[in-house]
Parts: sequence; C-alpha cells; structure tokens
Amino acid sequence: MKNLFLLLLLGLLSLNISAQESTLPKVMLKTLDGQSFNTSGISNDGKPIIISFWALWCKPCQKELDAFNESYEEWQKETGVKIYAVSIDDSRSTARVAPLVKGKGWEFEVLLDPNGDFKRAMNVNMIPHTFLLDGSGKIISQHTSYFEGAELELYEKVKKLAAKK
Amino acid sequence: MRKLLIIILGIFCLSTLYAQDLFNNATVNGSFQTDVQFYRPDATIGIYDSTIAGRKIGINGFGNMIFTLGKFKAGMRYEAFMTPIAGFDPRQEGNGFPYLWASYTSDLIEITAGNFYEQFGNGLIFRTYEEWTLGYDNSMNGMRVVIYPMKGLTLKGVYGSQRFFWQKFERNNRGIVRGADAELNLNDAVAGWESAPLRLTLGASAVSKYQRDADPIYNLPENVGAFSGRVNLGAGNFNFMTEYAYKINDPSALNNFIYHEGQAILSSLSYSQKGLGVVLQLKRVDNMSFKSDRAISANALDINFLPPINRTHAYSLTAKYPYATQPNGEMGLQFQVNYKIPKGSLLGGKYGTGIAFNYSQVNDIVRNQVNDTTSIGQEGTLGYTTDFFKVSDHIFFRDINFEIDKRINSKLKAMVQYMNLLYDIATIEGHTGEPAVEAHLAVADVTYKLSSKNALRVEAQGLWTKQDEGDWAALMAEYTIAPKWFVAVADQYNYGNPVKDHRNHYYTVSAGYTRESTRLALTFGRQSEGVVCVGGVCRQVPASSGLTLTLSTNF
Repeated sequence: MKNLFLLLLLGLLSLNISAQESTLPKVMLKTLDGQSFNTSGISNDGKPIIISFWALWCKPCQKELDAFNESYEEWQKETGVKIYAVSIDDSRSTARVAPLVKGKGWEFEVLLDPNGDFKRAMNVNMIPHTFLLDGSGKIISQHTSYFEGAELELYEKVKKLAAKK
Repeated sequence: MRKLLIIILGIFCLSTLYAQDLFNNATVNGSFQTDVQFYRPDATIGIYDSTIAGRKIGINGFGNMIFTLGKFKAGMRYEAFMTPIAGFDPRQEGNGFPYLWASYTSDLIEITAGNFYEQFGNGLIFRTYEEWTLGYDNSMNGMRVVIYPMKGLTLKGVYGSQRFFWQKFERNNRGIVRGADAELNLNDAVAGWESAPLRLTLGASAVSKYQRDADPIYNLPENVGAFSGRVNLGAGNFNFMTEYAYKINDPSALNNFIYHEGQAILSSLSYSQKGLGVVLQLKRVDNMSFKSDRAISANALDINFLPPINRTHAYSLTAKYPYATQPNGEMGLQFQVNYKIPKGSLLGGKYGTGIAFNYSQVNDIVRNQVNDTTSIGQEGTLGYTTDFFKVSDHIFFRDINFEIDKRINSKLKAMVQYMNLLYDIATIEGHTGEPAVEAHLAVADVTYKLSSKNALRVEAQGLWTKQDEGDWAALMAEYTIAPKWFVAVADQYNYGNPVKDHRNHYYTVSAGYTRESTRLALTFGRQSEGVVCVGGVCRQVPASSGLTLTLSTNF
C-alpha cells in the first residue's frame, strides 16, 4: 500500500514536470581499444546522429547494422549523419567485438557498454534498439526490433532532420 | 518510509509553488515490460493439470523510471512476478521496488545511494548486473563513489549487500560486500602521450566479503579478500588484454568446503584491420566461485562473474547445448577469424562475402592429492594441489563452427553455418552418468526481399546426435512488413528421439506489432525444454504449452 502511494506520488511529481525532450545521459563507455569514452562525447557538428544498441548474440542487430553499413557512405554524403553502434556484450565476448566489426568492414563508430550502464540509462529493454538524435543531441525518435527494409523509414527521418537545419 | 513520503510530498508542494523554473529543466524517462503466459495441459509433451498446479497464468512485469534534474538523478524499478512465468525461480514470486536510487554527478565525483550495478575490469572479482528476462539480479544495495581526480585516472569505491530475490537484508542473514577499483589510462594521464603509438591502460581492484562464521565444525574466514590486476595494451592493429585474479581460501557449499585458494586469468590478443579480424582468448579458472553467502549453491548472490568465452549462438538448435563456466576449475581457449572477401573478387562477387570461423574448447584442470591420506576435494581440507599450466584430458566443451554470409543479389541474402559440438552433459547440466553429446549441426538462413519493405525469411536447422534426445530438425518462416509487422510460423521436430513416444513436434505461431519503441508480440504453441543462456547465466526452461504475450515500451 505504501509502495503504491509512493508510486502515485512519483507519478504526480512527473506530471508536474513539463515535458522536455530527452537528451543523452552521461555514462562512461569503452572504445574498441580499451580507452574510456564519455557519452557526452557523442556529437556530430549539429548534424543528425543514430545510436544503435546491439550485441554479438543478436542476429537482427547485425542485419540492421549491415544494412546501415551498405548505405552509410551515401547517407553521409547526403545528410552528414553519424552512426554510433553500442555493443552491450559483456566480458564473455567484448574481446570478439573489434575483430567482428573490422571483419564485417563496418565504417561507423563502435562503443562497448560491458555492464549495460548506458543501456539502462537509455531504458533499452530489448535489442536492436535504435535512437535518432538531432544535431543538438535531443532524442527525436526511437525504434526497437529490425526487419528487412526498416532502415529506409529511418533514413527518411534522417533526411527530414538534415533538411530542417 | 513515512518520512520519505513526507519529504517527497514536500518536494512536490515546493515544486508546484516556487520551483516551476527548476522543474522545467527536469526530465523523466523510463520503460515498461510485461510478459504474460497462459498455460494449457498438453499430455503429449508431458504437461498435465498437475504440472501447471493451478497456476494457469504466469505474469512477469516491470516499470522503470529515471528522473534527471541537472547533476541530480533518481530512479526506480517496480517489479511484479505474480506468479512467475514457468522456468523462473519460485522465490521470484513477489512484488515491490527492488531498485531505488539517487545520484549526484559532477566532473570530479559521482555518488550513488541505494541500488546500483557495477563492474570492476572484466568482473573476475566484482560484477553486479541484471538480466531481467532470465530473472537474474545481484544488484548492490549500499553506496558507490566514483572519483576522477586527474585526467586518465578513475577511482571507485562500493559497499553494501546484494539482492537475494525478495528477502530483505538483515544482520547476518547474508554477507556484506566492500570493494575498490583504480584504473589509469596512461595516454590520458601523461602529458605528451596522447597520440603515442602505444595505448596503455592499467587497473587494479580489491573486494572483501564479510560473513559471520556460525559453523559448528569449521573455523571459516569471516573476511574473504579477492584481488585483481589488469592491463590493456594497444599497438596499431593489435590489442592485448589480460586480467589476473586471486582469492584467499573461501570454503563454501559450491566447493565442498575446501580451504583451497582461488585463481582466475583471462587473456585475449586480437588483430583487426579493415575486412579482417582475428582473436585468441585464453582463460583458467580454479576454485573461483565467490558469493555473498557461502551456504548457497543456487544461481544467485554472485559477487564476481567468470565469463564463458565460447561463442554465444543465436539459433534455437545451435543454442540448445550452451556452455556454462565451471567455477571450480576449467581451462579454455577460443579462436575466431572474421574475414570479408572483397567486392569484385572471384569469391567476393558483386557484394563481397563474409566468412567467420570459430573454435573453442574447455577442459578440466588437473588436481592432485594434497597428501596420501586425503582424497581430492575432501571437505575441510586444502582440497587439492594443481599445476597452473597442466590441462586435464577431460573435455567439458568443444565447438567448431564455420559461417558464410552472402548477398546474392539485391533481393536475396543467405547465411549458412556448420557446427561440430562436444558437450559434457554430465558436468554442465549435472546429468551424472550420461555420455557426452557429440553433435553435428547445420543452419541456413535466407532472406528474400519482396519489395522495399516486405520480406520473407526462412530458417532451416538440423541437429544430428546419437546421444541425449537424438536428432532434431527445425524450420521457421517469417514474413515482415518493415518497420511494424511480423508474423512467423515455426516447428521443431525431435524426429530422432530414442524413445518413440517422445518424437514430438514443437510448433509455434507468432505475430507482433512494433511502433517506435512499443512492441507487442503474441506466440502460441509449444516450447521445448532446454537451457536458455543469455548474458552469462543459464536457466533451464521446462517444456510449456500455451499462449505468450509480451508488451514492451519505452519513453
């Protein structure tokens, strides 16, 4: 009962807050060569940003990233979009992430979130989970799961964002 | 509790009256998920009314919320397992707020009070994490401080007790965990090294567990210390990482109360360039189970994480026999090559061809008698002596797999995989006396694009073995309309089961709708019994039959 009351209060509290577009939480991640990377460093000179959560054990994630990679050159030329792929693999497989990324020839930035800190801060329940951010780092839209062709819808949104600027 | 409510009420009133501006800068985000399972009796796969035992519906659900105001953050997660879905620990049954926290973060310091997750290095002596879908959560309840005293240096300190299902911490009902970690990145810390060709990171940690010794026979260590050191060295396309961990004697239910010390080492060496990645990983674990209650052997209250380094498979049959780390002792090796045959070459074709090869093997360690009168692993003794570099002939697990993926034309994509498996089911699943499973597996996964948004995907799998449940075949067809709809039908057929009556079909029909980050999926059919391993923990899923509904959203 008390818990319920607490929940209600929190609910009221959140109603009291005028809706704000979310920006990125600050979390420490690792780069593929073991260096620390603060998510406040995710930026792209005012152009759109895509952040995609994935893992080695997630086939649809890799299909999505393969699809991004096939068009990345073209997307970058047209809109300047930058992609960050955040691997949530834990220490059982973090060492295998860099070889897979290079082996697949992925051209975008890849970051490691070995204990799911960024995943939790971004409220990601399932992967793949992809966020689209505008140039100021505000989250514009997000999508979970990947089906063949879903990258086209995402890219339409990227184009709209790039044109707005 | 009442005080807390008054404070929150106070904040609420204040915010309404005076602090509109302050709260205009605040944000709230969160997520929800509910999994509902409706069971039905299914005599062919051995599910009777008595098996369900009245629990016709299982529901697992959580709601997560994070409140941010400048440098201040607070969060909570509410969970309700009522009753837990089949396969979850019955002790999960309950509801409440297992995860409540508040934190303050500046450039110099980060303080968290309440529940938190943390990992030191690779987690060999400390890792708390949650895997909600598996019902695993060993979060700390206490405090954490992270300090950044200078560029390149990170110091962490933690203390508290760990989550044990819904049981509240009380004096002496489980251990207390304290730990500290330091990580130094020399390229950031030393002036002039920023762009040095070598990238060097060093780390060290110490963890101590306090648990009262109430044992009537043995004199047990009340404070168990564990220490670890790690190095990460990058040079050009090469990267080398190693971590070594040591734990003082820690007699427990899991190691049969022996006074042996614990050791673990994890190393990897990798080479990556565009189109090619190679990695070799080695590990040795000796008596390294570390729990905040020495009396339990269940999958809970782990202080550390001993990563299984073999490949985690993603198809139902290739994942049927997954390896789980043997904390009492193992030596493992893992080797992987990823190569992309370039576009335009003879084998690469128009789009290039991806190749992956993976080999992993895990053996037991060699144990020798301490002296002539003590048997190996005898309770209350030093247990055994062991040679660090000797590998036992006893193979726990071996997986050799080879994978090719290729885009054939603008519409057709295919992936084929072969896997050869050796799985010591007696050790890994505790099926004493059963012979090791030797199996061949093959998978084909083909996607055909019907239009820019419509696609058909077909997955065919085979598992051939003379042991355990014999041969299996699986077929799945999935139709997707990107980015919102999917419908799939699948069947797993245990056609080679040595017991004729057990040659069952496990069919499922599923459909789902996703909009933005809201996803609703329905599955109807039979789930075959098996081990589900995700994120380092494994769970035995019993055969089930019925309807499953999953709803997930994020805001």
